Amino acid sequence: MTDVINSLGILLFATLAYGTPLIYASLGSCFSEVSGVVNIGIEGMMTAGAFTGTVVAYFTGSPWIGFLCGGLAGMLFGALHALATVRLGADQTIAGTAINMLGPGVVIMIARVLFDSTDTIPLTTEQRMPRLLAGVFDTGTTFGRFMDNVFSTYASTYLVFVAVIIVWFVFYKTRFGLRMRACGEHPEACETLGINVLKTRFLCVCLSGFLSGLGGACVTMAISNQFRPISIVGQGFIAIAAVIFGKFRPHGALVGCLLFGFCSGLKTVLGGSSGIDTQLISMIPYVVTVLVLILFVGKSRVPSANGKPFIKAR
Amino acid sequence: MKKKRSVIEIISTVRFLHILLAIILGFAVGALFLTVMGISVGDAYGKLLDSVTTVKGISYVIVYATPYVMTGLSVAFSFKTGVFNIGAEGQFVVGSMAAAVTGILLKALPKPVLIPLCFIAAMAAGALWGIIVGILKTKWGINEVLAMIMFNWIAFYLSNYIAGLPGIKNTGTAEATQSLTENARTLLSKETISRLGLAPTANWGILVAVAAMILVWFIIEKTTLGYELKAVGSNRFAAEYGGIGVNRSILTALAISGALAGLGGALHLMGMGNRISIFSAQEGFGFGGIVVALIGCSNPFGALAAGLFYGALTYGGSKLNLVGAPTQLTSVIIGTVVFFIAISVIFERLGGGIRARRNAAAREDKQKREAQKTPPEAAPGGAPDQEKKEGEAK
Repeated sequence: MTDVINSLGILLFATLAYGTPLIYASLGSCFSEVSGVVNIGIEGMMTAGAFTGTVVAYFTGSPWIGFLCGGLAGMLFGALHALATVRLGADQTIAGTAINMLGPGVVIMIARVLFDSTDTIPLTTEQRMPRLLAGVFDTGTTFGRFMDNVFSTYASTYLVFVAVIIVWFVFYKTRFGLRMRACGEHPEACETLGINVLKTRFLCVCLSGFLSGLGGACVTMAISNQFRPISIVGQGFIAIAAVIFGKFRPHGALVGCLLFGFCSGLKTVLGGSSGIDTQLISMIPYVVTVLVLILFVGKSRVPSANGKPFIKAR
Repeated sequence: MKKKRSVIEIISTVRFLHILLAIILGFAVGALFLTVMGISVGDAYGKLLDSVTTVKGISYVIVYATPYVMTGLSVAFSFKTGVFNIGAEGQFVVGSMAAAVTGILLKALPKPVLIPLCFIAAMAAGALWGIIVGILKTKWGINEVLAMIMFNWIAFYLSNYIAGLPGIKNTGTAEATQSLTENARTLLSKETISRLGLAPTANWGILVAVAAMILVWFIIEKTTLGYELKAVGSNRFAAEYGGIGVNRSILTALAISGALAGLGGALHLMGMGNRISIFSAQEGFGFGGIVVALIGCSNPFGALAAGLFYGALTYGGSKLNLVGAPTQLTSVIIGTVVFFIAISVIFERLGGGIRARRNAAAREDKQKREAQKTPPEAAPGGAPDQEKKEGEAK
């Protein structure tokens, strides 16, 4: 029984640890896609955030300044994507691919200049994302250990759930949210109603960069303690997948990310003990996602104007 | 009336010039980064150029380029048929593994039998990987981008799993498959390599890639199948109305696209690769293929040229360390090139604007029937108008 509860605690901890960066990035992706801009550059924006977060935290000693700067670095690449796709009417897939090459390219070059290596210097505990409620629970007891595993997790994880609620509120309860969703469905109609489509989309793509940057920073400041070129390997694409999975709704994407985090957690828990090959266990999250899609989710409706550049009539 | 064409207008109509301009700008941005880092631009670009212009260098570039040409063709083909094959990565991986398994298990077979068998196995595996996603899309309506991202990772772990199986795994300490025997390799003969001073992994894989390129061009431009696939790509509802089986077309397109990427995996393995390691991260041949297809304007011949360019930068970039410049410089250059290709639509719009205005001016001319030759508005007219438009947008 003790073992089961322990494993369950570790499983939930891992779910949240793997899920958090994905949730941030998928919230970002939601903003961009719903406003009508395909953003496959999430991966590059996460890499920029992951690097900047650790570097700033290392030099300033403050994880929070680092975390924020990680978001801003992502936003910078978001602005670049917005400039190309919204202002200049570029093909969104091509621009996103460019961001995915530029993001890692630029930050790894900077890493080489600053540290003479492609990796950053590992952060100390003070520089890393703090673990809230650490030491509150008595880890001597089974129940205490379980609670410690689940609740004394990183501050960024608590923050992400607040972010989900805020984003949900913005999407469905504010005027901006309504306008933004309208821009993704029928920009021409929006323009005749006096909504500034270009401005709305620009802002949304920048926001998607910011949130992706925060997600990247979580990877290098919470789960791990340094940036390496393989810190961000595909999480950006998984976040996009989660958004499609969640039918372009922030709460749907949350479910997708948590499912994915849970399956990744399962991998950690089963990893050593079960006797099943680790490579096969690693496949679980992807196979489960496909199965859930077939069995429960089915067709996902893409916002009508998604991917189409909006060119303002003269 | 003599037509005067402005520079912007010429650039706007010739796609190749966009690409050239984007490449120049890419190197300019790279130079900017080098200058900021305090590295001599001449040294770095000189090294890049030197390393790819010798006979040995050229042979390396071709070897490096071969897999990217194939994944580039795969992605370009998918673009023509209206699907975005972000799954070339996974198709490449399963193709490569199928070729490895065939090559290892049937190593007793003679070379002229074994090599085609490896190719066929790789193409079948790649096509299968494409078809699975196609079935998910046509039968259950599952978004193909999402499914492909999942199947890229499933392929990755499947390859790692197979590489660790007894009978396939290396008997030494290496975390990899056994090496292929000589009769499953596409290498040129040792005499040719030493006589011409080529790279030790010089192989004839590129010839297969060129044949595939011609085949892709032929299918797209000269066959009914290609016509149907393009019709579905440009408007699936119109195509359906015209009596084309949309679902069957999507499946066919993904199968061909997958087979191309899978064959790329085989060519890489049987040429340069030799064996497949147990990887900790995706190698990115599929994602490189997306870049190659984009630089090559989704055209099969463009994919060959862009693949060679990509191969040259990848190989040249690996030599940059020697002059103290970071290898990632090439990612920045390629990323910038792709970025400028993305925004090159601006030229088309500028050029279109100029043409529209000149046509309007010509009409006015005709109406007034004035004998005086009013010169049509030239290039500088385009810029302020664009600014005005930008201003409006703000």
